[in-house]
Amino acid sequence: MAELTNRERLHIPRQAMPTQEPLVRRTNFDEVALGFTPELAQQEAERCLQCARPHCVEGCPVGVLIPQFIRALREGDMEGAVRTMKEKNNLPAICGRVCPQETQCEVRCVLAKKGEPVAIGRLERFVGDYELNYRTCPLERGEETGKRVAVVGSGPAGLTCAVDLGREGHQVTIFESLHAPGGVLVYGIPEFRMPKGVVHGEIDYAAECLGIKVHPDAVIGRLYTIDELLNGQGFDAVFLGTGAGLPTFLRIPGINYSGVLSANEFLTRVNLMKGYLFPEYDTPVKVGRRVAVIGAGNVAMDSARCSLRLQSLRVRETGEEPGEVHIVYRRSRVEVPARAEEVHHAEEEGVIFDFLTNPVEIYGDESGKVCGMRCIRMELGEPDESGRRRPIPIEGSEFDMDVDMVVMALGTRPNPLVFNEAGGLERTKWGTAVADRETGRTTKARVWAGGDVVTGAATVISAMGAGKRAAADIDRFLRGEIDPW
Amino acid sequence: MYEILHKKTLSEVNKLMVIAAPEVARKARAGQFVIVRIGEHGERIPLTVADYDREEGTITIIFQEVGKTTMHLGTLEQGDELATFVGPLGHPTEIENYGTVVCVGGGVGIAPLYPIARALKEAGNTVVSIIGARNKELLFWEDEMRTVSDELIVCTDDGSYGRKALVTAPLKELLEQRDGEIARVWAIGPAIMMKFCAATTEPFNVPTIVSLNTIMIDGTGMCGGCRVQLTDGAKFVCVDGPEFDAHQVDWDLLLARQRFYLEEEKQAVGRWQHQCRLEARG
Repeated sequence: MAELTNRERLHIPRQAMPTQEPLVRRTNFDEVALGFTPELAQQEAERCLQCARPHCVEGCPVGVLIPQFIRALREGDMEGAVRTMKEKNNLPAICGRVCPQETQCEVRCVLAKKGEPVAIGRLERFVGDYELNYRTCPLERGEETGKRVAVVGSGPAGLTCAVDLGREGHQVTIFESLHAPGGVLVYGIPEFRMPKGVVHGEIDYAAECLGIKVHPDAVIGRLYTIDELLNGQGFDAVFLGTGAGLPTFLRIPGINYSGVLSANEFLTRVNLMKGYLFPEYDTPVKVGRRVAVIGAGNVAMDSARCSLRLQSLRVRETGEEPGEVHIVYRRSRVEVPARAEEVHHAEEEGVIFDFLTNPVEIYGDESGKVCGMRCIRMELGEPDESGRRRPIPIEGSEFDMDVDMVVMALGTRPNPLVFNEAGGLERTKWGTAVADRETGRTTKARVWAGGDVVTGAATVISAMGAGKRAAADIDRFLRGEIDPW
Repeated sequence: MYEILHKKTLSEVNKLMVIAAPEVARKARAGQFVIVRIGEHGERIPLTVADYDREEGTITIIFQEVGKTTMHLGTLEQGDELATFVGPLGHPTEIENYGTVVCVGGGVGIAPLYPIARALKEAGNTVVSIIGARNKELLFWEDEMRTVSDELIVCTDDGSYGRKALVTAPLKELLEQRDGEIARVWAIGPAIMMKFCAATTEPFNVPTIVSLNTIMIDGTGMCGGCRVQLTDGAKFVCVDGPEFDAHQVDWDLLLARQRFYLEEEKQAVGRWQHQCRLEARG
């Protein structure tokens, strides 16, 4: 194909991602977004203007060479596209699916000024999926250094850090507390948004190439302490990527009735334990007829959409009415923290949004089960410290909602277990590890940290960025170039 | 994978297994628990540590076949492997020389009680133990408990062995006879038994510790399914427990939460028994 002019490129519309129809997908757990075909990917890649000073790259927490990989893609050089991608991003099939591109790379795309940005995320996913299928560009292990690193946690931060250190020739062991690696990617994010085959595919591929060992069932702080890893177990460095796994519950009456669940519990039952396949899988999961999900982040959207699907499965089995799923959020639509696409998908599937609404009490029946929820209407006042307008209760506006299940999706805090007997490892008043945001160095010698355990609940890609920066610093330390403590 | 090195049938429904888990055995202490998953389709269930051997690298578990997972576990044999064996989880029992202590074990609760009673005895306490079960068949480890107790009272609900009584009856008598002498009570068994033990000791103001067994997935504080309401707020059994002050526990809420998946449990058991019958027919 002859090289297009920029004028011609500007006339190509942004290519839509083929997706399952809303009414179909709310009845199954298969992936919603089906991915670009090679033709769609080619067409979308043609839209990139190959800016000399690309702003998109500045928006990427791991600095993916965006114009270069897109150029290779449109020239039909898939191997080149994969190689370019993997220079900066070891897990493209994952990032392409869960990164908030609209606030990172795509928002900075020059095309976004007048129209729609290049669909960078969809192209990234296309490249990542291609590589999972064809394995054209195996990661290469650097020359053996003889140094050993313990990575605690196998979510986005830990995985990224482990892979980068493996590429530098260090021996990496990942300690994971659950029975399968992936962290929030496997226990939290549902199959329909992040197929577990993709996560395991990326992890297995990288671990095989780089000789990374994964030790499941290892709760650090109990099985081994950080001090034991550094001393008795002979690791030269430790990276903590333990995430933010502790759920938050509202402090209102009734939160311990049966049928009030943390989003963590609900999603773990559905995703990691495959509860939606009960009784073929042993872990049961219940869904109410009228479900209220409290909160409006990505985790809330995931919980609401899993609830819809479980209700549909029940309809298929019993023929009864599906019921309703509500998102109950104390602020308004503008402040919703979830990724735009997730909110859009949730609405398409039939989730009902109750904005400016806050629960004040959960009611239980005589058998201790949830049978209703008292809420109060809110209005927005002056901006608070987060910059968002503060929600204020409207006096006398209480009303009762008819619900039989309540899922709390109000954010999470770091798990304190890992800090057991880790002398010198300081924490903030929020329970997060004190660590330098650039290098990941903690207050304890030879210990780095990154991701949600440092920042509190944030995004997959910001955790990957932190894992990457820490890996670079750990590498310099292991090579004797620096000794920060 | 974690190999089953030894299996012993204690009664028709109570089984003992010794599991090869050297890393867990290094650290395990009385009062802690493990999470077990049989295979790829399995659920994660908490089981208390009944014994451990650091040199052999083993953990002993004892379980009662009450649901699909424990029934399935009961069909495994020596040489079979478990997919998941996580631990040691929870806080160990706070062992001190308290003076005279009473250890009460009901049914399968005798298993986790044993290492606690042993540790208390080793710490110099005078240990009076009460063990009970519905009937003689369900009783186990009488000899083991006797070796770590200064006195042992055995009872069954139906009187088929030992004294015909619920464990609360001898507990109450001890508290009355040795008023002011008993420093602390441990009670481990079904929730309903622990509830009544708590009610028995409360008027005597004797600190009473129970080990709670709740619904749980990860065992590390992540799911919050195990939360229990205490007078001073909600706690997670997996990371704050499993032992709690019995007089602070909201027992009725605890019992209600334990029943949450009852329908599903029945369905799973029915399906399992059906499969077993088909396999038996061959």
